[in-house]
Amino acid sequence: MYKAFLIKYGEIGTKGKNRYLFEDALCRQIRRALKKIDGEFAVSKEQGRIYVEALSEFDYEEAVSALQTVFGILWICPMMQIEDNGFDDLAANAIEYMKKVYGDKPVTFKVKARRARKNYEKNSMEINMDLGERLLEALPNVSVDVHNPDAELNVEIRNKINIYSEFIKGPGGMPVGTNGKATLLLSGGIDSPVAGYMIAKRGVIIDAVYFHAPPYTSDRAKQKVIDLAKEVAVYSGPINLHIVNFTDIQLYIYDQCPHDELTIIMRRYMMKIAEYFAIKEESLGLITGESIGQVASQTMHSLAVTNEVCTLPVMRPLIGFDKQDIIDISQQIGTFETSILPFEDCCTIFVAKHPVTKPNLKAIKRSELKLREKIDEMVKVAIDTTETIWID
Amino acid sequence: MEVYLDNSATTCVDEEVAKLMYNIMTVDYGNPSSMHNKGFEAEKYLRNARDTFASILKVSEKEIYFTSGGTESDNTAIIGAAMANKRRGNHIITTAIEHPAVHETTDFLSKNGFEITYLPVNEYGCVEPDELKKALKPETILVTIMYVNNEIGSVMPIKEIGEAIKEYNKDIIFHVDAVQAFGKYKIYPYKEKIDLMSISSHKIHGPKGVGVLFVKDKTRINPIVFGGGQQKGMRSGTENVPGIAGMALAAGKLYDRFDEDVRKMYELKEYFVRQIMTLDDVVINGYPDERSAPHVVSVSFEGITKSEVLLHALEEKGIYVSSGSACASNKPAISDTLTAIGVKRELLTSTIRFSFSVYTTVSEIDYTINELQALLPVLRKYRPK
Repeated sequence: MYKAFLIKYGEIGTKGKNRYLFEDALCRQIRRALKKIDGEFAVSKEQGRIYVEALSEFDYEEAVSALQTVFGILWICPMMQIEDNGFDDLAANAIEYMKKVYGDKPVTFKVKARRARKNYEKNSMEINMDLGERLLEALPNVSVDVHNPDAELNVEIRNKINIYSEFIKGPGGMPVGTNGKATLLLSGGIDSPVAGYMIAKRGVIIDAVYFHAPPYTSDRAKQKVIDLAKEVAVYSGPINLHIVNFTDIQLYIYDQCPHDELTIIMRRYMMKIAEYFAIKEESLGLITGESIGQVASQTMHSLAVTNEVCTLPVMRPLIGFDKQDIIDISQQIGTFETSILPFEDCCTIFVAKHPVTKPNLKAIKRSELKLREKIDEMVKVAIDTTETIWID
Repeated sequence: MEVYLDNSATTCVDEEVAKLMYNIMTVDYGNPSSMHNKGFEAEKYLRNARDTFASILKVSEKEIYFTSGGTESDNTAIIGAAMANKRRGNHIITTAIEHPAVHETTDFLSKNGFEITYLPVNEYGCVEPDELKKALKPETILVTIMYVNNEIGSVMPIKEIGEAIKEYNKDIIFHVDAVQAFGKYKIYPYKEKIDLMSISSHKIHGPKGVGVLFVKDKTRINPIVFGGGQQKGMRSGTENVPGIAGMALAAGKLYDRFDEDVRKMYELKEYFVRQIMTLDDVVINGYPDERSAPHVVSVSFEGITKSEVLLHALEEKGIYVSSGSACASNKPAISDTLTAIGVKRELLTSTIRFSFSVYTTVSEIDYTINELQALLPVLRKYRPK
């Protein structure tokens, strides 16, 4: 029965003269999502609305799932689409539609007609009344409630006639590509993929950096991160993933610095290297999955000390979230199963039994002086040997 | 240089075997159950394979069944025997060091009304026949014990155990998981009082996904796979003809030069053990000599807190080994076998399994020892404090 969808979007509507940019981005993202499924679709923008019309056979469930990955979509309304063969034909189809969608359940409704084509034989008020009457006559289980109906039967008279009453929730947010780019520090954990998802949801293109430390971390751990990036890319669109070999830097810090400061110093160098790639790829900020107090390196003190190495803004969308809230989102977006695979990431391999929880910036910088002989060269080598994978 | 020392996990397929399989898949691809000639051609491969195993094991070809591998053979043997004999009793004896294919199966039965006794092993990973004798009781219906342990290569006194079982009660069924032993020991089920025996193809240079279950004539056992009634209803499902023929060819070739190959592997093992003992702070688990299997050496490295790190460091040098048992290394579980033989707690996660094949060379071992010598001090230095 369904051949087309009406796409309702939220915040874009408020964007004034830039609105067309947002709408165009949304159309692009919808096309991208639909390209991955069987069937051909036309996506068009018309008078402040976006329509998706199927040009071939397609799977309804699959199409809805694909649309639900597109940020910027607030509601997806599956539509019955008919030719204009006069009002009697419209009424017959509307009756058919109501039967199929609501069966013989008792349901209250009202008709809400709209004419884009003003030469139709009836005006909107007439359609509302006359069609309502036909439905009441034909269907014993329906009754009218104009104030608070169960079903609002929308009838749009355009070149074709669209009939819809169902609203399927989309992911919300803003279309990717409308808000610049940011670089995600992606680990194999639960938090960072969620952080990337949340920033992408605000329309931001995602670049990612992963630090691995062979032989302390394995190729399977790396594959896990690639898989996670793929799962985020379902929503965010293509991700450029930079894989940095961090082993030598890590061992050098281990050699030179106090062991309880290892993690915090390591993270400062990770931020520096991530920022290098961010600037190179024209990102406007960094993204981490940090949440206050979750582990020693995420206390307020630690965050302040880590942040100090960056000039770009560091976005931490999970900063006030409890772990369970983060897990809930990761389950909902489908990254959780991958995140919990038991492969070690490089943050945990040398972790001290009692790492500093209130690092002092001056003391950390003093410790880092012990690295000055080789560290710049090592950072350069790490950057030069970085492998970049395009993930789509 | 690529050095593959993980032959207990799986082995390379013999080239002749691969060629035969390719030919069967593309030319003689008939279904052995089909009435026509094409089917009969395929059936001939099954007959030949059955004959090969029958003559190798000195049993009747009617006692050979083909399965999808060691795991299915173990499952069929244990669940099939338990189901067919549950009216006589509900007691099953096994050991503390079985492969998960056996261990998880007896676990499943223990949740379904069977009582399981786990025999301990001594410090060399061997079951003492006296322990078995103590465990036997009137309700015992099945004893399942591995021939060679997959993690440390220890060998069980199967013949003594078999005799003790049959002396106590000849109706008790004796199943042996011979996945690691087949091809390393000449096993004759009748002589060792074995009723059911599992064999896997991919440990002997055959393809993956195929195995043998020997079922001694008149052994009471039920099928666990149902369908078209192939293999006398004991194991339904169209036979994996290329796999079965490939496995039989691999087994046949193995038996053509059996003693020579085993001798060669023992020499390699002895050489390896001698060389690795020159390194500091290493411990060999189980017997280091001919009292254990010719292809497995389990080594604990003191001061290596995580054997995976050593594994991946060796992998960077092209050397492939296993940490504990390959099947268990994806989960950070502690090895039951190493725990059972009393390996010190801090060494449980410091253990690497090296396993050889006839294709392993002395120069590969030298290369491995040299790389270990270089890697160990570095890995011992960098560890969590």
